[in-house]
Amino acid sequence: MALSPANKTIVKATATAVAMFAFVFWVMVPLYNVLCKVTGLNGKTDPVPYTAVPAAVDTSRTITVQFLATNNKGMNWDFKPSTYQIKIHPGEVGSLSFYVRNPGGKDMVGQAIPSVSPFQATDYLHKTECFCFTAQPLGAHEEKVMPLKIIVDQDLPKHINKLTLSYTLFDITGMDIKRTAGL
Amino acid sequence: MSDHAIDHEHHGPAKGLMRWVLTTNHKDIGSMYMWFSFAMFLLGGSMAMVIRAELFQPGLQIVKPEFFNQMTTMHGLIMVFGAVMPAFVGLANWMIPMMIGAPDMALPRMNNWSFWILPFAFTLLISTLFMEGGGPNFGWTFYAPLSTDYAPPSTTFFVLSIHMMGVSSIMGAINVIATILNLRAPGMTLMKMPLFVWTWLITAYLLIAVMPVLAGAVTMVLMDIHFGTSFFNAGGGGDPVLFQHVFWFFGHPEVYIMILPAFGIISAIIPTFSRKPLFGYTSMVYAVASIAFLSFIVWAHHMFTVGIPLVGEVFFMYATMLIAVPTGVKVFNWVATMFKGSLTFETPMLFSIAFVVLFTIGGFSGLMLSIAPADFQYHDTYFVVAHFHYVLVPGAIFAIFAGVYYWLPKWTGHMYDTALSKVHFWMSFIGMNLTFFPMHFVGLAGMPRRIPDYNLQFADFNMVASIGGFMFGATQLLFLFIVIKCVKGGPKAEASPWEGAHGLEWVVPSPAPYHTFTTPPEVK
Amino acid sequence: MRLQARKYLTLIIGLLASPALWAEWAVNMPKGVTDLSHSIYNLHMTIFWITVVIGIVVFGVMFWSVIFHRKSRGAKASEFHESTLVEIIWTTIPFVILIGMAIPATKTLIEVYDADNADIDIKITGHQWKWQYEYLGEDVSFFSNLSTPREQFTNQRPKNPNYLLEVDEPMVVPIGKKIRFLVTGADVIHSWWVPELAVKKDAIPGFINESWAKINQPGVYRGQCAELCGKNHGFMPIVVDARPMDEYLAWLDEKREEVEKVRELTQKDWTMDELMERGEQVYNKVCSACHQVNGQGLPPMFPALKGAPVAVKRDQIGRHIEILLYGIKGSAMQSFKEQLNEVDMAAVITYERNAWGNNTGEVITPKDILDYKNNDAYTGQYTQAEEGEQ
Repeated sequence: MALSPANKTIVKATATAVAMFAFVFWVMVPLYNVLCKVTGLNGKTDPVPYTAVPAAVDTSRTITVQFLATNNKGMNWDFKPSTYQIKIHPGEVGSLSFYVRNPGGKDMVGQAIPSVSPFQATDYLHKTECFCFTAQPLGAHEEKVMPLKIIVDQDLPKHINKLTLSYTLFDITGMDIKRTAGL
Repeated sequence: MSDHAIDHEHHGPAKGLMRWVLTTNHKDIGSMYMWFSFAMFLLGGSMAMVIRAELFQPGLQIVKPEFFNQMTTMHGLIMVFGAVMPAFVGLANWMIPMMIGAPDMALPRMNNWSFWILPFAFTLLISTLFMEGGGPNFGWTFYAPLSTDYAPPSTTFFVLSIHMMGVSSIMGAINVIATILNLRAPGMTLMKMPLFVWTWLITAYLLIAVMPVLAGAVTMVLMDIHFGTSFFNAGGGGDPVLFQHVFWFFGHPEVYIMILPAFGIISAIIPTFSRKPLFGYTSMVYAVASIAFLSFIVWAHHMFTVGIPLVGEVFFMYATMLIAVPTGVKVFNWVATMFKGSLTFETPMLFSIAFVVLFTIGGFSGLMLSIAPADFQYHDTYFVVAHFHYVLVPGAIFAIFAGVYYWLPKWTGHMYDTALSKVHFWMSFIGMNLTFFPMHFVGLAGMPRRIPDYNLQFADFNMVASIGGFMFGATQLLFLFIVIKCVKGGPKAEASPWEGAHGLEWVVPSPAPYHTFTTPPEVK
Repeated sequence: MRLQARKYLTLIIGLLASPALWAEWAVNMPKGVTDLSHSIYNLHMTIFWITVVIGIVVFGVMFWSVIFHRKSRGAKASEFHESTLVEIIWTTIPFVILIGMAIPATKTLIEVYDADNADIDIKITGHQWKWQYEYLGEDVSFFSNLSTPREQFTNQRPKNPNYLLEVDEPMVVPIGKKIRFLVTGADVIHSWWVPELAVKKDAIPGFINESWAKINQPGVYRGQCAELCGKNHGFMPIVVDARPMDEYLAWLDEKREEVEKVRELTQKDWTMDELMERGEQVYNKVCSACHQVNGQGLPPMFPALKGAPVAVKRDQIGRHIEILLYGIKGSAMQSFKEQLNEVDMAAVITYERNAWGNNTGEVITPKDILDYKNNDAYTGQYTQAEEGEQ
């Protein structure tokens, strides 16, 4: 069936509208995630632990790395880093730990979300051992020390000398996490 | 649809209520859109009156903060989606077929549908105010997580009503595009179309491109609330900032959707009352097209403070500043049209001149806002409120008034009470400036937007703004009176009541017969 | 009559021209107290004056036409309707002006973004509806709440000059030091804004943002939350108290001593009256925004405490403490573990159990709270007493 010019216009316009709706879910969201990953836009670090590349330690620079712990609303765990900052050379492994305790009488699952400031440093802060992006169950009154090992990349832009790694702890007990990127 | 599909020519409208429910006539539907939009304008306006009454003096006196937030949210939503957009669709329905020599809109039944969705959508939206927990209270921009994890239960209905409005707008836009591209009279080439038709064509494309994005945003909000997704919940791997990107990807083109048709109206009126052709028609078309294009790459200027990397910040700042160029071209063209003309100042012209001046002031504050470092001080203050009311009230709304006063004789066959209409203009002009000009000052001095109470240093200007607001609000009842009076009767209007008017709409008699251009006119 | 009018006119013009009046009415952006805020102010003023000049030219031509090219003056319309040259000119000139604006703007922006090498780092967390300040490495952390008495916003008492812009505990910082603000949110998005410092940064849950200021002169600088964050968005002000370095250090010591003092108070034996008095203060400061001064709340979001089982039933004392410590998931009730020390918590619980006709007569002591924190159960006398009674 041949379409009249008017109908062609209508079909094209409708298809555009539908395509734009799909665009939001299948282009904008994944694109945003990719962009964040590449640029460190929202300070989200790579979820996959970094496999250490043996590299020379750059002793000419000393980088201050600070650690923050925040509880999101409704999360009652005690949550704090073992130290508020460490000074390391790029390429050197820095280790510390985060302490968590579930003070309540219920089993819970927590999720710590990392964020780095300034953003440009995100891609240069590697974690060889970390607890981010994994759901962390803690039984009632259970406590845990979660180790964290980090390496600051030798390529960290010269103008950055201090960076901050922040973890926000969310209560995800009973939440069925569907990762948005995989939708 | 073939050109001769309408075989029952020249019969009048059906009688009674069913005429309006079942009508497929572009003029009927246009009128319904206009009346609906005016009703919403009064409703949204009365919410603004509540806001201004609460802010009349420091202290909490009339409403509680939670209700205040619902008022600001609903005022925004109703004015954007209920008042301004339907008014332009109504004008498009009435004028586009007549301007391009078409017998009706290309899709008359869909036209009926796209109108009749609106009353239901807005009934639903307004009904949320009476639900437990109240209506939407997260601002018209509904930033997550305030609109997801922390939202009142009525948010589900808010989402549904936004979906309905979106469907209505998209159908309206498809109709406009189909009409303009396919139903032009022979000889009416694209570059001969009146600018109102041009601006609407571009607006319709913007609508088709971004209303689905809004639909996507509200769908994600709905899914986050009810279906366990975490698009905007950081705890589940999402990102609240993503919401703002999606929203403003819709939101910035949206603000041009509300202003481009206004450009078209002003470009019709200024030449008429200057008795001189529009200066730079071609550059006007290109300016509108480039504004529309730029609107897609500037969205993050609404988010300068969320923490965007420096490169992004710089890019969005430059792109935003660039908008000043085509907008400037438009303003210069209007001024050049008036220059060395033979000017008279009938009511449509008064509104148009006010449009040019006040919209330009809004443009200036827009330029200031585009400067990212300065925006750190302006962002989310009353300076922003002043800015966007300067571009929307004397921009969109004054242009709608101008258009109504310009075409009302064509619609009703009567001339309206010109003296009263000038009173309406001056009261609106003074009221509007009294309301919004002081907001620049309080904003710069440090008053954030969306607060129900404020420090004493902002008291004087807020009182002035409230007085102006009440004046502006009350004046609009006069407009209602003028229009009703004109519909009921008045001096007979000629086919072309304005001396300098050109265009096909002035060829048909006044009032325009129920069916016009059933045989297409020849355009030379 | 004429003279009178002239007198008034002079008076009005005089008033308008008087900088004192404008200062009082605060019509412009504050210049601020940092180098950066000065650059931003200058940028703002430069662009403002550029737009004024453009405005005068454009509106000048327009009003020239309005006055001299009107039909009633016999003006005949010309026919011209395009000129490529003119159009190119007025596309190019704005472009050049824009470049002129972009250069200083970009320079300032780069400075704003350079928060590196700060002397002091302060973490700022936005909560509904208060700010939390943590001084990194100093062991000092506290919440900052609106301190304007409720009677002032209900117009029962005259408003003071800092109405809605005053807090119980300001953020104290030293002058002449680069201070880096690490901003985040714990629930919805807030925005930390102090105009005098030209700092506005969104506090986003799950993400950390940074900004900085180096304050040049001591003083108290006030700001407000700039992002709609719910009901009390207008009631979470920010107060920055900038002091010379030595005073700042003294203040830090004082803060640490306070913690010590609270520890002592926890061990003290409290009487009902002492707890009630302190409890009322704490309640009005932190609880009454939602549960209201009269304890009747704003159902359904904010339930009443007056007559509520949790506040009157003896076997729910434990639950009462638990809720206050850890909040209720999925509701507006947040955890107060960080914000309230044992003494305040005991006081407010005692208050809630005895105010507004909730006359339970029960006294919860700071030691009870401490015990609860350690054992996750209420070990006080009333639970036992109750068991004995039954």
